[in-house]
Amino acid sequence: MTGDLSAFVFLMLAATVRTAAPLILCAMGGLFSERSGIVDVGLEGKMLTAAFFAAAVSAVTGSAWWGVAAAIAAAEAMALLHGLACITYRGNQVVSGVALNILAAGLTVVLGNAWFARGGQTPALDQPGQRLMPLFSPRAGDNILVYVALLSVPLTWWLLARTRFGLRLRAVGEMPLAVDAAGISVGWLRYLAVLLCGLLSGLAGAYLSIAQNAGFSRDMTAGQGFIALAAIIFGKWRPVPAFGACLVFGLLDAVAIRLQGVRVPGFGEVPVQLIQALPYLLTMFLLAGFIGRAVAPKAIGIPYEKEP
Amino acid sequence: MPAMTAVPAIELRAIDKSFGDVHAVRAVSLTIRKGSITGLVGENGAGKSTLMSILYGLYRADSGEIRVEGERVEMGSPRDAIAHGIGMVHQHFMLIDSFTVLENLVLGAEGGFLLGRGMAAARSEVARLEREYGLSIDPDARIADLSVGEQQRVEILKVLLRGARILILDEPSAVLTPQETERLFRILGVLRDGGVTVILITHKLREVMAVTDQVFVMRQGEVVAERRTVDTTPDELAELMVGRKVRLGVDRQPARRGPALLRAEGLSLVDRHGIGLLDGIDLEVHGGEIVGIAGVSGNGQTELLQVLAGMRAPTGGTITICGRTFDAGHPGDPAERRALGLAHVPEDRLRQGLVAAFHASETSILGYQNEARFSPHHLIDRPAVRTYCAELMQRFDVRPPLPGLRSAQFSGGNQQKLVLAREISHEPKVLLVGQPTRGVDIGAIEFIHRELVRCRDRGCAILLVSVELDEILALSDRILVMSSGHIVGESAGGTASERALGLMMAGMKAA
Repeated sequence: MTGDLSAFVFLMLAATVRTAAPLILCAMGGLFSERSGIVDVGLEGKMLTAAFFAAAVSAVTGSAWWGVAAAIAAAEAMALLHGLACITYRGNQVVSGVALNILAAGLTVVLGNAWFARGGQTPALDQPGQRLMPLFSPRAGDNILVYVALLSVPLTWWLLARTRFGLRLRAVGEMPLAVDAAGISVGWLRYLAVLLCGLLSGLAGAYLSIAQNAGFSRDMTAGQGFIALAAIIFGKWRPVPAFGACLVFGLLDAVAIRLQGVRVPGFGEVPVQLIQALPYLLTMFLLAGFIGRAVAPKAIGIPYEKEP
Repeated sequence: MPAMTAVPAIELRAIDKSFGDVHAVRAVSLTIRKGSITGLVGENGAGKSTLMSILYGLYRADSGEIRVEGERVEMGSPRDAIAHGIGMVHQHFMLIDSFTVLENLVLGAEGGFLLGRGMAAARSEVARLEREYGLSIDPDARIADLSVGEQQRVEILKVLLRGARILILDEPSAVLTPQETERLFRILGVLRDGGVTVILITHKLREVMAVTDQVFVMRQGEVVAERRTVDTTPDELAELMVGRKVRLGVDRQPARRGPALLRAEGLSLVDRHGIGLLDGIDLEVHGGEIVGIAGVSGNGQTELLQVLAGMRAPTGGTITICGRTFDAGHPGDPAERRALGLAHVPEDRLRQGLVAAFHASETSILGYQNEARFSPHHLIDRPAVRTYCAELMQRFDVRPPLPGLRSAQFSGGNQQKLVLAREISHEPKVLLVGQPTRGVDIGAIEFIHRELVRCRDRGCAILLVSVELDEILALSDRILVMSSGHIVGESAGGTASERALGLMMAGMKAA
């Protein structure tokens, strides 16, 4: 019996971390961007594009690693576009993010159709080497990106709290003018942050299509980029609490899968739709009332302009 | 006086700078001695801040050269200026509220990729500077928890930590109480004696006289005069700044006090976070008198004006305007008060006094637009409004006198004259005035003060809120001092001493 219980706990934990991994990668990426003062509504789009290119390149080359590289490159291209719009041309950051999401939703399907003609899907990755496989425990599904995700949290914290880069990054999100006056380039710092965000959301996308699943299907991110964004806000723009929020969302997802088909006494079978909606409902619930006064970086969303 | 050192700290030669059509700095040459305090005075837009920004590398001069300690220097960015030992303390502090003092100090000079070592070095440097110059500050305090005077000391520390030997301060006393200002000046004196060269950009002539060794006066982009401080007077400097004779004082007759027209009793305001902003304010303003409210900004003056003007409902107490009483249950609104004869010149001219994108003619009737002469049959009669605005502009000397120009395109002083004209021309019984001369040139200040006194002499009850103590002293018949949402003291206009008011402003009861 105890053996059953510990096995159950282990599987639930593994499932939680597995579903949380892309959220964590995405959230840590978004955190860099947002702490530098650049709102990133486009996490979803970056992740989706990355997922598509990871699966497409892996299918064509037969190597998951080329897939990962392509995912990163694709997400960085999106990040650069966002940077160009928000930093160089001082555009509205939310509009740019939304535009990227729309672009990603359309582009992945159009390219998928053009290249593979399977209604937007990529070919199934069923050859060895096309996917990132579990390292130690096939039951837990612990592929390398899960470990990268877990490592990204202390690394993000360390970078932000203990290094020159982190200090400047936090400063530029609070008061870019002070950073400029100290003789540091505001634009360069923000580009670095946006590129870091591209790197991590690229990994998140690759995880979805070539580690967790065996191929890309249209809109496969299903709002996870937005959930990661919610986790950032819920975690008050700090890495460890944001990580905690990702785990909560991951746990909910794991529970949702477990609950499917289970009869709750006095209620009957829980509708699948309700269970699947849980993470999204929780997001709204938390954002609406429970986060209290979330203190965003002061200069977030405001393009930096030198006075004439 | 110390002997002239051979090499000046700063030498500017024929510095010239234009922004588009605006010739901001015209062939300015000046020399600043090492180990001195130099004042740079001039009206808004005279070019003094632009000149200093060029010296600090924020702007690049179109032509001319900069020499620091005899060596010709190209200032491409603040980094170059810092490398040559020039530091600037900006009027708006460049401090990050959520950071600690130490984090702010090391930003931009962290001493390596890892913060640990640089922070430790900065900590010991701060201790050294504290011993040398008496700049005491807790390095682990968060900026948000410090007083404005302390924040300014952090700014000065930051500059000194970078090894600055030349310190530029932009309007350093604008946000300080008189006591904090005194302390700042003592620190500047110690710095000078330690060999630091200080440049003070200011428009407060009294401070120039108190602390500087020499003064440069700028007007319309040019240096029009250079004086040793001991050889000049405030009146001479004012005249040089404006280019004509200016009367710094205000002529006024003793008040002929009429009935009480504005009264507040036990007025309080608590915001939605439960923080008390106003606490039991009692005051009375009679017709024919000016009551000044002195205080460091942020001590409830803004909220007091908002509540009296009907922009915000009080949470307790009553307001009586010309016999009509408002309270928390019936707070009324600005339009009701206007109908009773109350006019308001708000503190924040750009957000509450006018609409920046509107024509001057539209600004000139804001709040009065429903009067029959402006909108017969509920439609605005534009020609009539333009004519009216042109008349106001002539009477109140608003320049340029163009009713069709957008409000944002007038200078601060002319915007303020337009707002004041709009409110005063309706001959109000009660006038609330907030910071009437903030960002306004000396010439316009003189005019605005005269108009306020004339309004008083017509029998209007005026409540004047200002952070400029000089202004309060010059205009008020009675002075109330506010601190932390309370009225902490009262004094008659003629007899008030600046020192006593300053102590009250800092929250101490008068002895």
